[in-house]
Amino acid sequence: MAFNYDKYLRVNKMPTLWCWGCGDGVILKATIRAIEKMGWDMDNVCVISGIGCSGRFSSYINCNTIHTTHGRTIAYATGVKLANPGVNVIVVAGDGDSLAIGGNHTIHGCRRNIDLNFILINNFIYGLTNSQISPTTPQGMWCVSAQNGNIDPTFNACNLAIGAGASFVARESMIDPKKLEKVLVKGFSHKGFSFIEVNSNCHINLGRKNKMNSAMENLAWIDSITTPVKKWEALSPEEQLNKLPTGVLREVEQAEYCDLYDMVIAAAQGKRGKITQDDFAKKI
Amino acid sequence: MAREVIGNGNELAAEAAIDAGAMFFSGYPITPSSEVMHVASDLLPEIGGKFIQMEDEIAGIAAALGASMTGVKSFTATSGPGISLKAEQIGLGFIAEVPLVIINVMRGGPSTGLPTRVSQADIGQAQYPTHGDYASITLCAGSLSECYTETVRGFNLAEKYMTPVFVLLDETIGHMHGKAILPDLEEVKASIVNRATFEGPIDEYKPYKVPMNKPAVINKMFQGYRHHVTGLHHGDEGFPTEDAVQCEFNIERLVGKINTVAKENDGLDDLPDYEEYMLEDAEVCLIAYGSIGLGAYEAVQKLRAEGIKAGMFRPIMLWPSPAKRIAEIGAKFKDKIFITELNMGQYTKEIERIIKRDDFTTLFKANGRPIAPAEMVAKVKEMM
Repeated sequence: MAFNYDKYLRVNKMPTLWCWGCGDGVILKATIRAIEKMGWDMDNVCVISGIGCSGRFSSYINCNTIHTTHGRTIAYATGVKLANPGVNVIVVAGDGDSLAIGGNHTIHGCRRNIDLNFILINNFIYGLTNSQISPTTPQGMWCVSAQNGNIDPTFNACNLAIGAGASFVARESMIDPKKLEKVLVKGFSHKGFSFIEVNSNCHINLGRKNKMNSAMENLAWIDSITTPVKKWEALSPEEQLNKLPTGVLREVEQAEYCDLYDMVIAAAQGKRGKITQDDFAKKI
Repeated sequence: MAREVIGNGNELAAEAAIDAGAMFFSGYPITPSSEVMHVASDLLPEIGGKFIQMEDEIAGIAAALGASMTGVKSFTATSGPGISLKAEQIGLGFIAEVPLVIINVMRGGPSTGLPTRVSQADIGQAQYPTHGDYASITLCAGSLSECYTETVRGFNLAEKYMTPVFVLLDETIGHMHGKAILPDLEEVKASIVNRATFEGPIDEYKPYKVPMNKPAVINKMFQGYRHHVTGLHHGDEGFPTEDAVQCEFNIERLVGKINTVAKENDGLDDLPDYEEYMLEDAEVCLIAYGSIGLGAYEAVQKLRAEGIKAGMFRPIMLWPSPAKRIAEIGAKFKDKIFITELNMGQYTKEIERIIKRDDFTTLFKANGRPIAPAEMVAKVKEMM
């Protein structure tokens, strides 16, 4: 039987505002299927998005949804989650949202390891505002804000997340929605900050200006720059330079922020002693 | 029974927030407001509430707005530079109608300015903290007791009008340590206002479908009533729209639910929007607010001792201003009005707007120092 997406969608908001062939729709569907696998009660789910094409994500899922300001998704989500630790929070943001204007919140969300499911839709460009360079736009590509070609070095978002302490870090592309769904389920199941980068296409505002005139050409490029992490590990450093590893890149058990906060409540209410360094294995 | 307590203004404001029902604080350290955060970090977990120190000022308000969007009473505290950084998020609070108390302990500016010194130069910022059209509610504490009572009031107004509310302290009041008389705790609890709730069928839940000049009716999240929150212009159900009629209605309602309502009802609640001291038989009216009001009391007493019949008018609700009473004062005292504030005349402009004259005597200071009663006395004597 065909999957019933309508159960999870605000069907009266369809069709989406996304361009024909945009990867965002594929990611939306994979997210919905992952939610179904998790068996979450949608009254108990909050989807939070930022600004840009991905910002519309929240308005399409039928649950409690918040469309925030540019780059601040994780900060809002931290308030939602800490105030309501029992609910499931999905945060969706773009590469501009989470690596440029909101970079600070991204690293601190990872550091706190608060139980948010963070989906970074990386389309390598500011799409909605007509093709300005983002922190993931490859050097040498042409964008309207890099009229002579982009010279800005790129972020490796997953490396950033690992460095900042996220306890679950994964990368997939929307080319294989089944794989994406699986990695989303893994991330959603993980307790702590789940950082999931999803490479996606913007053939309209990245592709057309960089010899990838169709969605398929843009996707072929994404395919050419990604490889499963096991294969990636076997590559030479020179080869690794131009490939992004996909799959689960980090998965560790680490104290979750809302759980840690329970210690604060217990200490404040005299149900345990003061919190000291002895409570933590990591002292520095 | 009224309570006698010892504390500073910042601490009393934080305690007031807890008594008013706050269960969430997020913020970022900044002088001279940090004690609000210190007390919140101590008191909130005691009652099962949440406190979090965020990574920057923007996150400091964003997390509090996020918590409030789910229905949890929240607050943050900062000083002028922090408000500048929070500005965009405050705008989301206005348009999405999210109750939030923002305590601003004012210091000298602009920019880093005078971090440890007193100022009242964020009056204009409180009226228009962010881009776009909206109306702001701003309360200004003029005593230690008011740091408490106006913070409680701020929460109640935020919930009643579904909007961010500023509670302004200045560095002097915030750091002034002394005795304060606080209202009976049971009375405070009995005064608590909680946001209205829609209790009809879930499929008829339209949080923004409210008449002109009425606040949105937004239910707590995670209880079955699903809605969408956005900073975009939105229709009845909270979903984005660019419909011209709807956008016009939205803005007229956002402004009207505060400014028009205040004008029609002579205020936003039953509490005093100003204080008057020896004004009845006065021949000259001193206008001051915040910590400068404390100096003005003494100036009035000194002037009276010297045979000059002085009185004081001290606005508490700065925005929307107590315009009706200010107009009456203008009609009664004509040019025998003396306005003093710790900025270059930000509230004087509002008084000029209401009274429609600008021949008042003024004493402004913007160097981080308070205005001494003797300075006020000297200036008033000049005008008599």
